[in-house]
Amino acid sequence: MKYLNEFRNPEIAKKYLDKIHKITTKEWNIMEICGGQTHSIMKYGIQEMLPKKVNLVHGPGCPVCVTPLEQLDKAISIASRSDVIFTSFGDMLRVPGSEKDLLSVKAEGGDVRVVYSPLGAVQIAQENPDKEIVFFAVGFETTAPGNAMAVHQAKKRGLKNFSVLVSHVLVPPAVEVILSSPINKVQGFLAAGHVCTVMGYQEYIPIAEKYKVPFIVTGFEPIDIIEGIYQCVKQLEEGKSEVVNQYSRSVSAKGNNNAQNIVTEVFDTKPRKWRGIGEIPGSGFGLTKQYSDFDAETKFGVEEYKAEEPAECIAGLVLQGVNKPNECPAFGKSCTPEHPLGATMVSTEGACSAYYRYRNIKTS
Amino acid sequence: MCLAIPGKVIEIYDENGLKMGKIDYAGTINKACLEYTPEAQVGEYCIVHAGFAISVLNEEEAGKTFQEWDRMLEEINKEISSEEK
Repeated sequence: MKYLNEFRNPEIAKKYLDKIHKITTKEWNIMEICGGQTHSIMKYGIQEMLPKKVNLVHGPGCPVCVTPLEQLDKAISIASRSDVIFTSFGDMLRVPGSEKDLLSVKAEGGDVRVVYSPLGAVQIAQENPDKEIVFFAVGFETTAPGNAMAVHQAKKRGLKNFSVLVSHVLVPPAVEVILSSPINKVQGFLAAGHVCTVMGYQEYIPIAEKYKVPFIVTGFEPIDIIEGIYQCVKQLEEGKSEVVNQYSRSVSAKGNNNAQNIVTEVFDTKPRKWRGIGEIPGSGFGLTKQYSDFDAETKFGVEEYKAEEPAECIAGLVLQGVNKPNECPAFGKSCTPEHPLGATMVSTEGACSAYYRYRNIKTS
Repeated sequence: MCLAIPGKVIEIYDENGLKMGKIDYAGTINKACLEYTPEAQVGEYCIVHAGFAISVLNEEEAGKTFQEWDRMLEEINKEISSEEK
């Protein structure tokens, strides 16, 4: 596929890997923020091809993984209602709530449907005027424009039977939590290329200056990631902490203004609880006053739900890059993709799931 | 979830007042909303996430990357030929 296959060329990958080996003199911990990048790293065995001194730690950039248990319980409660058609991206269906998951609700007769685009949920609302259609609006900055457009369109089309269960999170506040933690070991970041496609990368400049860490805006193909690591190690070795754009074929400094405008109209920032991490101020989106009629939490009275996470799961530490998945005593034993304890084992982008899936891959 | 892939815009049309496009992903065709990339033209590549184009692929920037790689590959070939000597 054009603009994908080129970025998987093993000769180029080897050249960048040689350059990394040549310049590395000290031990460095680099965090890739996005779960999609974690997945590529495990799939292509990138960690094993790096110098032993370069350690990749996996970040919190998997929205499925960081959606708190109580949001899932809210989704399950709403989806169980006979007057509701509950719509969601497929990733959310197998994530366990306190008692069950959305797939079980569907098996029990609930009308739970997977949509490819949030606009698909609006279409279902239009075609089913005597049902309540709820869309599970989960995601980072990349997904926010599409979800915002769905709400914007529902209002424009006068749809009273459409609402969204919002569980949106934002990358920069989480990065600051990681960097300001006393147990932080991350010295450089690969910033998520598609988040930055939407938002640009100017937000990272003050963070890079404040914490003296480099950020490389990085794509998702193996060469993107290896080149991102090279640029990060180069800065670390030279004592620099700049924001550099490796993914320039998609990302500009200011991002996508058209997308940002709709997002700002529909959503405003609010505190959000992250699964395994806790509440982070200003780390998520909620609906603006103008769009508050589309809030499924108030419509179905589930705002006050609270839930405790299983104590055995160390997903919070994995999501902050403190522990690797295979350092968890439950990994591959009491926690597998078939019987997950935490969302990092459920989502295909979760670090635990990626470690489990590619655990037997060895790179020569 | 932030997965987004490049696809070629093969047709632009209107649906419910929204700018939409048919996108060709190496033979698989699906639709995407182009409201956030109004500058997208037929024949250009867009990066598409969850049914929305979030950027028009910057072919000039991609071209610069490929040029740099050509230079790197030349270096590799030179290294190989000097080793053979």
